[in-house]
Amino acid sequence: MKRRKSLSLQILSIVLVSVFLLAACQPAGGEASEVEVFSWWTGGGEAAGLDAMIEVFKEKNPNIEFVNSAVAGGAGTNARAVLATRLSQNEPPDSWQGHAGQELIGTYVKDEKIEPLNFLYDEEGWLDVMPATLIPLISDGGNIYSVPVNIHRANVIWSNSQILADNGISIPTSMDEWFAAMDALQAAGVTPLSMGEQWTAMHLFETIMLSSLGPDKYNGLWDGSTDWGSSDVTAALEAFTKTLSYTNSDASSLSWQDASQLVVDGSAAFNVMGDWAQGFYQELGLEPNTDYGWAPVPGTGGNFQFLSDSFVLAVGAPDRDAALAWLKVAGSKDGQDAFNPVKGSIPARSDGDVSLYNVYLQSAMDDWASNTVVGSLTHGVVANDSWKSEIDTALGLFLQDQDVGAFQAALVAACASTGPCQ
Amino acid sequence: MFARKEKLYGFLLVLPSIIAVGIFVYGFIAWSVRVSLSDWVGLTADYTFAGLRNYIELFSDPRFHVDIRNTVIFTVVFVLGALIIGLFLAILLDQRLPGEGFFRGLFLFPMAISFIVTGVVWRWLMNPATSADRLSGYNLLFDSLGLDFLINQWHLTPTYGMAAIAMTAIWQMSGYTMALYLGGLRAVPEELREAARVDGASEFQMYRRIILPLLWPVTLSAVIILGHISLKVFDLIIAVAGKQLPLDVPSIYMWQTTFDGLFYGRGASIGILLLISVAFLIIPYLYYSLRSEGEE
Repeated sequence: MKRRKSLSLQILSIVLVSVFLLAACQPAGGEASEVEVFSWWTGGGEAAGLDAMIEVFKEKNPNIEFVNSAVAGGAGTNARAVLATRLSQNEPPDSWQGHAGQELIGTYVKDEKIEPLNFLYDEEGWLDVMPATLIPLISDGGNIYSVPVNIHRANVIWSNSQILADNGISIPTSMDEWFAAMDALQAAGVTPLSMGEQWTAMHLFETIMLSSLGPDKYNGLWDGSTDWGSSDVTAALEAFTKTLSYTNSDASSLSWQDASQLVVDGSAAFNVMGDWAQGFYQELGLEPNTDYGWAPVPGTGGNFQFLSDSFVLAVGAPDRDAALAWLKVAGSKDGQDAFNPVKGSIPARSDGDVSLYNVYLQSAMDDWASNTVVGSLTHGVVANDSWKSEIDTALGLFLQDQDVGAFQAALVAACASTGPCQ
Repeated sequence: MFARKEKLYGFLLVLPSIIAVGIFVYGFIAWSVRVSLSDWVGLTADYTFAGLRNYIELFSDPRFHVDIRNTVIFTVVFVLGALIIGLFLAILLDQRLPGEGFFRGLFLFPMAISFIVTGVVWRWLMNPATSADRLSGYNLLFDSLGLDFLINQWHLTPTYGMAAIAMTAIWQMSGYTMALYLGGLRAVPEELREAARVDGASEFQMYRRIILPLLWPVTLSAVIILGHISLKVFDLIIAVAGKQLPLDVPSIYMWQTTFDGLFYGRGASIGILLLISVAFLIIPYLYYSLRSEGEE
């Protein structure tokens, strides 16, 4: 009896092993061409948007099979680990998703994992339909490395219209007006500004830096032409310190949703967050302009601090032509207008069909087409991962001790060790 | 002949684990040491020899100072708290009262839960909002009991917030410490207690002079077990507070700097320092227990 059992176990294990072997030996390519696209869009509006864009792709390329290799995990933390493993084994997917800008360039260009796409931009005429100030931010040494699909705006201030009306405050347009308004709110017993965990502090930090320095000097921070040790930066850091004094004391225990919700719950007057907050408010069933208002962060009017998800072309892509067909769809008007209304973002092209978008997104599209475009730090546009992580540590220490001098010294050191200030 | 064959079989049977442990434990420790001595930053491996630079930089790194401070606070509060509460519960249960089995199970239950679950529940309980309209968890309880002065920021308390996290670990592990002590108490021969009582010792004196000294080996094991948990603590902090610098510990720094910042060399150095600190705790214990086994 015992022997019988072990025999059947053996048979079972042989069957299982052979099934796995068969599964592993499935031909990867096949005769029909296929494109494998890697992303972290697995849920909610992101996955639905990707599906809509895949539909467009299938219509235009009936002969190419689309393989959706999405890996779950917020902001791509797991997907990036899987991707890194595949790249180190030289088995890249044809194309993958990444935050446009230095996060992609610093990681993949240095190791020669992705191809420049200037020829595609020329062929498809994308240079004419994407903002001119965007292109340098997604390029390195004159080469453009990715196709941005969607655009989010970082420098948005959300406000509780009721609280502002009750206290006779209009939405501020300069830092001084903002501080005056927040003084008045604090005196009235309202939390002036809500903030969440540490990355939302970095998000606030980048918008205050932009507001205080202006777009040229702000851009200079990231290419080395603005000195991190200069008195302008000191003034910006002091403005940031002052802004922090208006925030809720339990910030680091709140997610960004918690912090954004404080505004619409009437517990705080303002919140600085990217425009995905608008999608969150929509989910809560709130009315734009009556339940909540928005504006550029005070002092950043006329500037569009952006972040973007984009797709790249792998060096050694298994099927380069199929990958190019995918990138053409990702950069096309049809593709972007299929993806963005569902995801709750605006197209990177300035010729999107306005009628597809809601009232907030329409205002963002206007600004995108006319404003000066600058990049976001928190969301991977302006600094490589290592530099950003050093800034994050410096910021975390600063949030504890509020020592502007030490903060500035740490920022100078970070730029020297991992940024362009060598 | 037969004995030799038996030995050979025995060796062949443990060979797979020897190989696996050799590769996956000692091999990777060696590899981590090598990485910690390199300049590796970025996705591609770079083994340029950098000597002890990563280690030297860590000791002047203000973030690492925060980590050390937090680890010390966590370890002291957690180990002392779990020992004292565990011993107290064990002595209570040792009085052979009715319902002992029930309470023993009750106190042990938290250990059956993972640190992540404990962390999430305590994250709700220790909601640090202090403004009147947003009180929640313990703060709300204090408020409705009229104990307003107890309302506090829990883990967001400047400098000592780590103690609040240690509290959740005490909640989870003191039942386990109780079980260790209860075993120790039950092993104290009844004659010793009786002899002490006959000699006129009070109950307190009996515990203080007779039983506690006999429990010393149990205390030592408990300190080792709790101590190495506290040096490696990671999941509990992530579940309660996420990645926040005020509550940073070496393991979180290692994770962030390696996988978010791509500083592989620095991450490996932190890992090796963690290994050394745990070894300081474990090796004397191994030495002590191996020696006492040899004497038997």
